[in-house]
Amino acid sequence: MITAALYITIGMVTLAVALNTYRLFRGPDAADRVLALDTLYINAIALIILFGIALGTHLYMEAGLLIAVMGFVGTVAMSKYLKRGSVIE
Amino acid sequence: MSVVTEYALSALLLIGGFFTLVGAIGLVRLPDFYTRLHAPTKATTLGVGAIMLASVGYFSSTGAGPGASEILITVFLLLTAPVSANIIAKAAMHLDEKPVAGTKGNPWEQ
Amino acid sequence: MSTRLGFPQPFLSVILFCVWQLLGDGVSGASIIVGLVLAWLLPQLTRGFWPERPATRKLWLMPVYVLRVLVDIVMASISVARLVLNPRQPEPAFINYPVTLENPLAITILASTVSLTPGTVSADISDDYQVLLIHALDTQDPDQVIADIRRRYEAPLLEMFK
Repeated sequence: MITAALYITIGMVTLAVALNTYRLFRGPDAADRVLALDTLYINAIALIILFGIALGTHLYMEAGLLIAVMGFVGTVAMSKYLKRGSVIE
Repeated sequence: MSVVTEYALSALLLIGGFFTLVGAIGLVRLPDFYTRLHAPTKATTLGVGAIMLASVGYFSSTGAGPGASEILITVFLLLTAPVSANIIAKAAMHLDEKPVAGTKGNPWEQ
Repeated sequence: MSTRLGFPQPFLSVILFCVWQLLGDGVSGASIIVGLVLAWLLPQLTRGFWPERPATRKLWLMPVYVLRVLVDIVMASISVARLVLNPRQPEPAFINYPVTLENPLAITILASTVSLTPGTVSADISDDYQVLLIHALDTQDPDQVIADIRRRYEAPLLEMFK
């Protein structure tokens, strides 16, 4: 039961990743691409957590935490670059 | 694991997957940048939150003990989602992103 | 001298200590010592970046507010989901929201809440912190949105922050 739900959820999140990737390549603008990347990293965290549940291990949580921190910094840096033309003024 | 927990955890997982998928569909389907901004900030955050809750529940019920990292990730995502939405919106307004026809009001000059 | 060596941001120190305990696997003697050192060192190192400590009152209302926002996040996601899956095109609007709060921290909390709750994202704030630019995903009546935000979120925040 829970295994089936787990695999269906992994399928849904994978589909979501594919749709995000479509928006990432399609654009049409730099801001859309940043938004797509932002959503992508959050979905990547979800996938890692689901993978951790499937394997029954806690080890992947640390990776999820790191992606959460680094992804946020990346989004802020990219938006700042788009807005100002440089990351650190 | 009891049947009730199993059903509850499965439901949480499916809800999480559904909202994550809805966020992605919104990102593809909605007409302009500003409306697309809504889908990931809300739906995806809730989706990942539900998946985290399922993970906490799963590891508590198998006896491995709940991990604190899931809770930290969820809190962190809840705190950062509005900030990144805001800063991307500012960048978009600076790039003079045009709102879809029929939008009431105007974005500000940056 | 004692003020320079103390804890300039007690809340921040407590949060740092708790987060450090959560990051490690369980509470142990070592993690408590390192947590205490971090809780003292980080606020000291970053003290130049922090604004004046905000004047708060009735801070015990915060849990109620957080709970309300969490419920609203669930509602917001459901309404966004219905809109996304509905073939009808939404009717977006940019709304200028006049802020009555004065405390910068309170305004930050308000803007974040607006971003996480039904159908609205805060996009920008004017330089004098008087007007918040809000993008609503689907609304017929912008004034209704302003009234809702004022009643549901700004009024409790006004009560919490002087």
